[in-house]
Amino acid sequence: MNMKTFKLGGVHPAANKLSDKAPIVVAAIPAEVAIPMAQNLGAPSKAVVQKGDKVKVGTVIGEPGGFLSSYVHSSVSGTVTKVDVVPDATGKKVPAVFIKVEGDEWEESIDRTPELKKYITLDKQQIIDKVKEMGIVGMGGATFPTQVKLTPPPAFKPEVVIINAVECEPYLTSDHSLMLAHAEEILVGVEILKKAMGVQKAIIGIEANKPDAIALMEEKAKAYPGTTVQPLKLKYPQGGEKQLINACIGKEVPSGGLPIATGALVQNVGTAFAVYEAVQKNKPLFERIVTVTGKSLAKPSNFLARVGTPLADLIEAAGGLPKDTGKVISGGPMMGKAMPAVESYMVKGCSGILIMPNEEARRKEASPCIRCAKCVNACPMGLSPYILAKYSQKNILDKAEEERVYDCIECGSCSFSCPANRPLLDWIRQGKGKVMGILRARAAEAKAKADAAKAAAEAKQEPAKA
Amino acid sequence: MNKLSVSLSPHVHTATTVQSCMRDVLIALAPALIVSFCFFGLGAVLVTLTSVASCVIFEFIIQKYILKVTPSVSDLSAIVTGVLLAFNLPSNIPLWIVIIGALVAIGIGKMAFGGIGCNIFNPALVGRVFLLIAYPVQMTTWPVSGSMGYTDVETAATPLALFTQWFGAETPEAADAIMAQMPSALDMLLGTTGGAMGEVSALALLLGFCYLLVRKVITWHAPVAIFAAAYIMALICGYGAYGSLQMLLTGGMMLGAIYMATDYTTSPMNNKGLLIYGCFIGILTILIRRFGAYPEGMSFAILIMNGFTPIINTYVKPTRFGVVKAAKK
Repeated sequence: MNMKTFKLGGVHPAANKLSDKAPIVVAAIPAEVAIPMAQNLGAPSKAVVQKGDKVKVGTVIGEPGGFLSSYVHSSVSGTVTKVDVVPDATGKKVPAVFIKVEGDEWEESIDRTPELKKYITLDKQQIIDKVKEMGIVGMGGATFPTQVKLTPPPAFKPEVVIINAVECEPYLTSDHSLMLAHAEEILVGVEILKKAMGVQKAIIGIEANKPDAIALMEEKAKAYPGTTVQPLKLKYPQGGEKQLINACIGKEVPSGGLPIATGALVQNVGTAFAVYEAVQKNKPLFERIVTVTGKSLAKPSNFLARVGTPLADLIEAAGGLPKDTGKVISGGPMMGKAMPAVESYMVKGCSGILIMPNEEARRKEASPCIRCAKCVNACPMGLSPYILAKYSQKNILDKAEEERVYDCIECGSCSFSCPANRPLLDWIRQGKGKVMGILRARAAEAKAKADAAKAAAEAKQEPAKA
Repeated sequence: MNKLSVSLSPHVHTATTVQSCMRDVLIALAPALIVSFCFFGLGAVLVTLTSVASCVIFEFIIQKYILKVTPSVSDLSAIVTGVLLAFNLPSNIPLWIVIIGALVAIGIGKMAFGGIGCNIFNPALVGRVFLLIAYPVQMTTWPVSGSMGYTDVETAATPLALFTQWFGAETPEAADAIMAQMPSALDMLLGTTGGAMGEVSALALLLGFCYLLVRKVITWHAPVAIFAAAYIMALICGYGAYGSLQMLLTGGMMLGAIYMATDYTTSPMNNKGLLIYGCFIGILTILIRRFGAYPEGMSFAILIMNGFTPIINTYVKPTRFGVVKAAKK
């Protein structure tokens, strides 16, 4: 198939896929886990266990805390020691369930047989219910509750499932190693997603720096009519949902609109695999592949790690924290979060831990803008980062809104490409947050007015009826 | 163990810096520099060295002692201004005039506006135009290629001056006599004509253009728009197909289109804007050459359009992602 890519902008950071030949290593189960209750976008889950409760692998320990929320399952068997706070990747304290590990006993309902189960017995609604029950969230990092994504507003007609196997972030290889190890399971997962959305077509987008994965998936996909593999030219941020849709089917998600408006339902390849395990093997989401990597690290690796595992354990298993470490990043180098300390725990959305040496960790000093427009040419959303940064800095929010700061996907291409080392995204993020707050307030006010007008109109009719 | 840095994403950066961009421009100018030394000898060397040294020294002095900020001469932008200013001058120009030109270019054209990134007009062109108006005789006496000395050089009318005479010729015989002196397009390409030091060899400048494109220092939009608009305008103004080609190859067209109009600070910030900007520069250059008092129009055209850059930036926006044009009802 011809190689495609998205139209506007994009940059080319050094790929540094140090761990792309590393086979998946099953990480050792720690002596104690701390499973955070906030592992999804939206409302945190509510813990439903307390000190002293005995749990097995797969036992529900957290229930959804709202519409946009998920179940959390235990990743180990043992006794709950406490429900306390732990720092997440950004250092913020979040509630977590601490479990002292005893053995590795799984819930009987989980099918642990390794054979591929191809035939899908559940119907569309059953699939969506099972996905919710098994705690599936978007594994690309955004952790959007999958059952909500699979039920778009009725106004939208899904036409194609797009699988995001791009992994455009430098260093990360978890999706790559997943495809090499579980190609068939992923393809069955894609079939399940197609059935859930009622579509016949699926496109798996893979970047050209993974030729072995492209070849393998193309070979296996022959047995699944309607599913094709789309090789993509190397360019960041190809894995961004809007850019991927543009690359694969040529359409643009309307500004302010949902991606499903283009007819495409995008899911990360790890999510597709998790959906297979959930629907075909009744296995909840409690473990995932995470890349632990870095130039000074002894053994860049891809681990299959259980949620709640201390990140320090994984770093130790990859050779230990190097002496020249200057930064530890949860995620990739373009959009990941720099951690204030290594004391944090594995979560569903953590696809990589990047250890950066001192020389690369410090930012260079910013100098005046030379108006080279490299940021404008780099922006995949067609924005002008130099203007957005200036308006955000000076708090000129109405102009920032006019310049569409809310369309920014925070990919970092602008800051990456600025020759003067200006921290454009820092300012734009601030401005975007403030403008989105204004937009939300405006929408709430408009809704309140509409509700009040409706109530007033109904009140007028009431006396007439009586 | 070291303390961990917790800056916000992105955590990696391109290797491109302001200094590397300026270095690439200097490398692109190298062929033209070598040609200027080969064709104009000692004069070219003296004028170039004086211009570069003056620009750097003036920027350093102004930043350190007048503005009291950390001097930024290491970003090489003053050196680029120095080379570009030298390229606009005749190789036999008195050095004290070069120094004044550098002072105007850096002091007024760049520093007075706030330094790098803040100036509205191209500093090298501000210097050149100032010198043209202040010292018209020295600035319009052009050595021919091959004049290797500094003081005792052979000068002649440049192709642009010849064109102006040709349009103003009283009789067809006089016009033909003038055209007989005109160098061919090949001469203009290679640089075996008279003119400003850096402007004579279109080929050397075009080589630099290719380098700048490959290194992604500039995009093609402004130069190509200038060439296309200038060619069409020249046809309209009656230069003929061959004459219009010569219009592109002579005078400040190549140097201006490739190195001056594409100056980061003074040109529009998106590709659509650059096309519009380039179009008008091409049109204005030909109009000034054809109908204006001066034979050369490129410098003025670029400076005029530099003034329009802010308004182009305000009204011409890049193509947005996901913005559907409202359907006409």
